[in-house]
Amino acid sequence: MKLDTLAAMNAERAVRRACVLVSDLDSGEQRLVTEAALAEDPLAPLLAAQLRSGKSGMVESGGRRLFLTVQAPPVRLVITGAVHISQAIVPMARQLGFDAVIIDPRTAFATPERFPNVRLVPEWPDEALPRIGLDRYTAFVALTHDPKIDDPALSAALRSDCFYIGALGSRKTHAKRVERLMQAGFTEVDLARIHAPIGLPIGAVSPAEIALSILAEVVASLRKGDGA
Amino acid sequence: MLVNEDDILRQAEKWKREGREVAIATVVETWGSAPRPVGSHLVIDGEGNFLGSVSGGCVEGSVVTEALEVIEEGVPRMLEFGVADETAWKVGLSCGGRIKVYLEPLD
Repeated sequence: MKLDTLAAMNAERAVRRACVLVSDLDSGEQRLVTEAALAEDPLAPLLAAQLRSGKSGMVESGGRRLFLTVQAPPVRLVITGAVHISQAIVPMARQLGFDAVIIDPRTAFATPERFPNVRLVPEWPDEALPRIGLDRYTAFVALTHDPKIDDPALSAALRSDCFYIGALGSRKTHAKRVERLMQAGFTEVDLARIHAPIGLPIGAVSPAEIALSILAEVVASLRKGDGA
Repeated sequence: MLVNEDDILRQAEKWKREGREVAIATVVETWGSAPRPVGSHLVIDGEGNFLGSVSGGCVEGSVVTEALEVIEEGVPRMLEFGVADETAWKVGLSCGGRIKVYLEPLD
């Protein structure tokens, strides 16, 4: 491997961008394909599928054995609402390898006693989110039920290219939310990105079951693309 | 402690920039109960110092020895370890798995 190639891989990782290193194992030739350049690559479908799997692996192309080293940033899970469901989500998210961040300006909810060992941000989303950042490898979940907290956060999520957006609430609650966000200037296409009611329909009842349905939906979006 | 692949590759770059010779080993294929997943790295310097893991300790010694040759020759090579291979048995990959490791110099 060329030092330049390795340096480029390390640089992409440092700014949370994905890339695939294509190594021809017979000739020793190598090239780095960044996510930004992936669509124009001759091997685009192959590379995209490998990237979506999140795993490195061997492929065959035109009779050549290629090894694809996938480098994808760790998934970040940003949640508004230091609520009961969030408490159930945190340990499950950790098992999945997601970095969870909980935002809630209500300091009675956002306490380290209720949320040990997780990044807890007791601020309003408009202050916290620009600093935390929502990127392609971020899933955003709104769980407060309070439009004062959830709406500004959802607006920020809709303006970002995070791969998953979900919001807790019944169909009725969501219809009202859609109305408010449309008044704020979002289109129906924008708002279709929001998974609501949130989570896969597994008939979840308890906070842990709801957490499971939400995380299952996040994983489906990550691995299968949107429309999960 | 250096535990993830990210840290290992960052360290490889740092070593090279410090003027050390470096080789990178990558697990490219596994069969059966291989202890480390495809894509795992081991980086080795010209003195035989290494970071990371390709087998959880079973074949690292062998990979390091070959890495010194790869650094010397400047040509990548493919290594294969498995229970069917007598050398691999000797180096201790007795867990029933087989792995293929691509070993390349960092130029």
